[in-house]
Amino acid sequence: MLEIKNLKAGIGNVQILKGIDLDIKAGEVHAIMGPNGSGKSTLAKVLAGDPKVEVTSGTIRYLGGDLTAMEADVRARAGVFMAFQYPIEIPGVNNASFLRMAFNAKRKQNGEEEMDPLEFDEFVKQKMKIVEISPDFLMRSVNAGFSGGEKKRNEILQMAVLSPKLAVLDETDSGLDVDALRIVASGVNQLRSKENAILLVTHYQRLLNYIVPDFVHILSNGKIIKSGDKSLALEVEEKGYDWLLPCSEQTIRGTERK
Amino acid sequence: MNDKTIKDIVNREYQYGFKTEVEQAKTIKGLSEETIGAISAYKQEPKWMLEFRLNAFRQWKKMTEPTWANVHHAPIDYQNIIYYAEPKQQKKKESMDEVDPEMKKTFEKLGIPLMEQKRLAGVAVDAIFDSVSVATTFKAKLKEAGIIFCPFSEAVREYPELVKKYIGSVVPATDNFFAALNSAVFTDGSFVYVPKNTKSPMELSSYFRINTEGSGQFERTLIICEDNSYVSYLEGCTAPKFDTNQLHAAIVELVALDHAEIKYSTVQNWYAGDPKTGKGGIYNFVTKRGKCLGKHAKISWTQIETGSAITWKYPSCLLVGDDSIGEFYSVALTTGYQEADTGTKMIHIGKNTKSTVISKGISAQRSNNNYRGLIQIGKNASGARNFTQCDSLLVGSECNANTFPYHDVQNQSAQVEHEATTSKISDDQLFYFQQRGIATEAAMSSIINGFCKDVFRQLPQEFAVEANQLMDLKLEGSVG
Repeated sequence: MLEIKNLKAGIGNVQILKGIDLDIKAGEVHAIMGPNGSGKSTLAKVLAGDPKVEVTSGTIRYLGGDLTAMEADVRARAGVFMAFQYPIEIPGVNNASFLRMAFNAKRKQNGEEEMDPLEFDEFVKQKMKIVEISPDFLMRSVNAGFSGGEKKRNEILQMAVLSPKLAVLDETDSGLDVDALRIVASGVNQLRSKENAILLVTHYQRLLNYIVPDFVHILSNGKIIKSGDKSLALEVEEKGYDWLLPCSEQTIRGTERK
Repeated sequence: MNDKTIKDIVNREYQYGFKTEVEQAKTIKGLSEETIGAISAYKQEPKWMLEFRLNAFRQWKKMTEPTWANVHHAPIDYQNIIYYAEPKQQKKKESMDEVDPEMKKTFEKLGIPLMEQKRLAGVAVDAIFDSVSVATTFKAKLKEAGIIFCPFSEAVREYPELVKKYIGSVVPATDNFFAALNSAVFTDGSFVYVPKNTKSPMELSSYFRINTEGSGQFERTLIICEDNSYVSYLEGCTAPKFDTNQLHAAIVELVALDHAEIKYSTVQNWYAGDPKTGKGGIYNFVTKRGKCLGKHAKISWTQIETGSAITWKYPSCLLVGDDSIGEFYSVALTTGYQEADTGTKMIHIGKNTKSTVISKGISAQRSNNNYRGLIQIGKNASGARNFTQCDSLLVGSECNANTFPYHDVQNQSAQVEHEATTSKISDDQLFYFQQRGIATEAAMSSIINGFCKDVFRQLPQEFAVEANQLMDLKLEGSVG
């Protein structure tokens, strides 16, 4: 589904991703872990098409096509979804119309008829059960005045409504208490299928107790330095990241800490 | 009225409304007592009307142009303006092909022909082309209900007592520089009179059109609602694209007596000048004021201001009658090099008077958007209340938004509230929409409509859609 080859990308003049190779097939769940500043979120953004991130070399193939040549909205309608680390507030635009706009944009793309508000209301209420959100939420402005947990649940609701082929979850677990984490994780698990793939970007192993990955990759200084199965995450949890880093980098990081 | 006649009217209206190649029958350039006399003569006015004009002109000569507004323009040469331009009505060109292509495109994009049709179905229209009213629809039907809806110049001739009683009673000729100018040279506009215990059976609407290059438009509108009456009135304005600036200095006066209600809505889309150079465009220097003279009277202003190079406009309410209500709902959108200094004055004079002010300013590109509002509570206005909410939305980083609220409270029992916010459409917001599959133009439109909805919902339903489309059209190409 997704093939990333020697991807280099950065923001402004700063190169952040320094040669990423990653293959994700339908039905798989991959977790990207790594210390702060390793480039995890940049990788998520590059996949979503954030205009702030510039690809300098390498390729990203998605369903056989060149992903980097597609605008962010085109990617989204082609099934790429990113759950934001910091979901954006849109005052004045309510959730119901936002969700319906997004949903219908995709339907239109697929040559399907747009869903009218009444029909959509029924549809979205079913989806809301997945993330345990109360119905009054639909009339509130998108993310405006939401708690951290509500924002993250809203991301998963959007994911449920749009049923993406490739879902990238950028630190969806950060800032969540145990209950919210359980709800969000169970939401994601319900959406997991043989047809779609999920890329989890996370700082902590905690999330992976709830959403069990097929593969774990450790990202450091813009490169994947180790890949393995879920046991790799546990190992990191126990020992930290330092033992994985090349010696030269340990020194640099050590210097930074001073 | 059956469909066929409606269609006929639509077609006729359409020709008047959007043509640019119209031959002039009469024009008057320059400003003097002679030119004012000539305007008055063309309009076949009674002597008292000419006296009113000349008196205003003499006052105007002693006045100086106001400079306190946060707008910028070169000095206006008042001798170089065409004060009167009358189209030769018989020699109209019949084909749409002769309309300025840019204008045509604009109207096609706006869907105006369709809107005209919709509007005409249940709305009476007075169409004012340069200095004269060219058509007023549904006059007879309104007359049955006792309502007078006619061009202002006709009212001066046909209903002199009413005009004499109320003209200048809300906006005196000496009120300000541009009001004095208008009082001297006003040409046409609408006159509405709603008798006691009468609710207008339809929306009334005027379409103002500046067509002649170098001409100014000095329209004058007067609406009077007697006890227990109601009217909803809407004006729309357009002008073709010229490199020179044109002056539009109107006066609108509203008078509401006991328990009367006037709802006045404006969709202003004068030519705004070249968005890339700022060249040309209308100077929209307008004095609009309503007087709630009676008890429990209500005057509500709703304005969607999207056009004009410069807007200087403060639709206001004088709340004289006890328990009277004033409302001001405004969306002001500026793009390109547009400048707007707009807001309201709520003058509380009577007891328990209430006012609400909701202002939404949107600035994009290099424009400059200012809200200026005065809330004045007089000594005797016990129990007066005001609520003001003033929101600014910035699009891009080169535009400007300011809020200038003035409060003058002289009664201890008054309650005055002011809320203000400033926000910006961020790249992050647009990316968020995009990441959900929603293209940038649709995202902008959605954010703007969300921002404006408190005001849009005040518009008569037929025009709410038009307002939405107008906003989208104006914002097209202002992203990125």
